[in-house]
Amino acid sequence: MLLRDIALVCLAVGVTSLSYGAIAVASGLPLWVPAALSVLVLAGASEFLFVGLIAAGGSPIAAVLAGLVVNARHLPFGLALPDVLGRGRRRLLGSHLMNDESVVFALAQDGIARQRAAYWACGLGVLLCWPLGAVAGGLVGTVIDDTDLFGLDAMFPAILLALVLPALRDRDKRLAVPVGAAIALATTPFLPAGVPVLLALAGVALAAVPHRTNDPDKTNDPEKERPCPAP
Amino acid sequence: MPGSLTLAAAILALAAGTFALRFAGPLLRSRITLPARAEKLMETSAIVLLAAVAATTALTEGHGPAGIARPAGVVVAGVLAWRKAPFLVVVLAAAVTAAGLRLLGVT
Repeated sequence: MLLRDIALVCLAVGVTSLSYGAIAVASGLPLWVPAALSVLVLAGASEFLFVGLIAAGGSPIAAVLAGLVVNARHLPFGLALPDVLGRGRRRLLGSHLMNDESVVFALAQDGIARQRAAYWACGLGVLLCWPLGAVAGGLVGTVIDDTDLFGLDAMFPAILLALVLPALRDRDKRLAVPVGAAIALATTPFLPAGVPVLLALAGVALAAVPHRTNDPDKTNDPEKERPCPAP
Repeated sequence: MPGSLTLAAAILALAAGTFALRFAGPLLRSRITLPARAEKLMETSAIVLLAAVAATTALTEGHGPAGIARPAGVVVAGVLAWRKAPFLVVVLAAAVTAAGLRLLGVT
């Protein structure tokens, strides 16, 4: 079941990557650019942005910075991941495999063994499908000129949503998630790509507030207990 | 368009920076033991980030709204996921709904 679900996600990644490679080459970049990005960066949204900015005549420094902002969420992802990566060389490769899909699949599992299996299967699958698709798409050109036509653009948020929903049984997350998502949505029109998602972390502050209301010892403010001083 | 050398340097810089962002978390986690409460907050942070990515990719395109077909597909997927439909059904329903609406001329 898990492997079948991961295979579906990797297939969607591969088809999206076909259009990514095709778009990059069609916008005037040599094939090695999406090929190198797909293997070395391995983070779709930042690659799309990088390619788009360069193709539009933007400065390479600005393109790098914009890509890094989009990828900044990997830092909190790495802090949140249980010990699924291992040590030494495995940790080096495992870190490179970190993306929205591998992280969400890992966090959606119960038990460290299943989490590890999900993370590595999804990560390695994406490592295979994303570069393969990018090169194939770049070579073949715009065979699939619009993946939106197949509804692929709706698949990726649906994948994340399906895997995040069960976590909302948890009280902290049920508070933090809607607030975070609302902040991200409200700031998207004004801020550069990647920043709104980082601002969603402000929603976590809600979860950080201790559950005072459930604690009978702390519901009453000690100040109120104190008798009023005589006037 | 910048020259090949500049482009290669930019790609390497993005790759190195992205790797550093990915590697920093696991490295830190292996060096220090976090209290259980902090560990849970980290996990909540990741879920909040993933949900924010889902919300923004579902409802926005660039700096504007994403139209109707894509959000409709994601809403259908959300309802199915809420009703505990299998993952495969949820994800394919999103694609079929969005693609179907576009076939009907609703974008």
